[in-house]
Amino acid sequence: MGLLDAGISKHNVVITSVDNVLNWARLSSLWPMGFGLACCAIEMMATNASSYDLERFGIFPRSSPRQSDLMIVAGTVTMKMAERVVRLYEQMPEPRYVLSMGSCSNCGGPYWEHGYHVLKGVDRVIPVDVYVPGCPPRPESLIGGLMKVQELIRMEQIGLSRADALRKLAEKSIDPQPVIDAERQAARA
Amino acid sequence: MEEGRALPQSVQQSAAAYAVIREQFKGAVSDFDANETMPFFEVLETEKWPEIALFMRDHPKLKFNYMACLSGFDYPAEEQLGIVCNLESLGEFGHRIAVKVKCPREGGSIPTAAYVWHTANWHEREAYDMFGMQFTGHPDLRRILCPEDWEGFPLRKDYRVQESYHGIKVPY
Repeated sequence: MGLLDAGISKHNVVITSVDNVLNWARLSSLWPMGFGLACCAIEMMATNASSYDLERFGIFPRSSPRQSDLMIVAGTVTMKMAERVVRLYEQMPEPRYVLSMGSCSNCGGPYWEHGYHVLKGVDRVIPVDVYVPGCPPRPESLIGGLMKVQELIRMEQIGLSRADALRKLAEKSIDPQPVIDAERQAARA
Repeated sequence: MEEGRALPQSVQQSAAAYAVIREQFKGAVSDFDANETMPFFEVLETEKWPEIALFMRDHPKLKFNYMACLSGFDYPAEEQLGIVCNLESLGEFGHRIAVKVKCPREGGSIPTAAYVWHTANWHEREAYDMFGMQFTGHPDLRRILCPEDWEGFPLRKDYRVQESYHGIKVPY
């Protein structure tokens, strides 16, 4: 997968493309903006903490939108917060990625009908790259979503639009179900 | 009040407190409702509410020094809005009582109790935010939870959410 796995030693030369190097650098140090909106944020914090240790992915929350390239929308986005979310998104430097975590920010969640104050999906105000379902999603799900963001970055090329990268991701993405089934079979045996 | 069935001590205490209020304000307050969950009475003359509140707080036999909660209510059938104040005498007598105050649904107002119990300040703002009744004399009557330019009052029974807010679609 990564360059380090190839075992670079003894002043060897690695030949790769610029795209690969850029993508590798970006996906290996995704810095999410450290803000949580509701209970999903608790799961996000748990994912950041020692048990799930997001730092092994190079993912480390930053306190300023100007230093972050990933926005994890963790929780219920109220109408009041929606405009602030947009402002924060606009303050982030490009390339920026958005991960919508949990039912509320995906589509309004339990507030879809009677929640007069809830934005029915954060994708109404900012473009979302990856949606993580769950209420709230377990840390494993969030890590899955973050790995999906990494996979998206791996699809990127200079001159390729985000829409094309997402299309490429949809075409090339691996269905995890056979892998999961194989793991389960192995665990049973 | 049912005959032949002794009221719990807490309700008896509330009834005793009510008797003091009734003696002072006569027809301005309704009869006492001796339910066990939360015994209450209603203020029939809405404009007398601050006077009653102050009396309840300061009378040596009452000393309702603590407002536990103030909730708003909507009575569409009666064309009225109302509040329910849960009052207690903390550390003094330990008795409690709820007071209901009502006003007309459109353009109605209730005099504020924010100067009697400071807790009422934000509680009344919330009741205003959700139901839209005015609190005359309130020091700072603004919406507290909804955005300031929100349309309508969300907890009214006939509330319909607005189509868009600052260009963002609101309904699902």
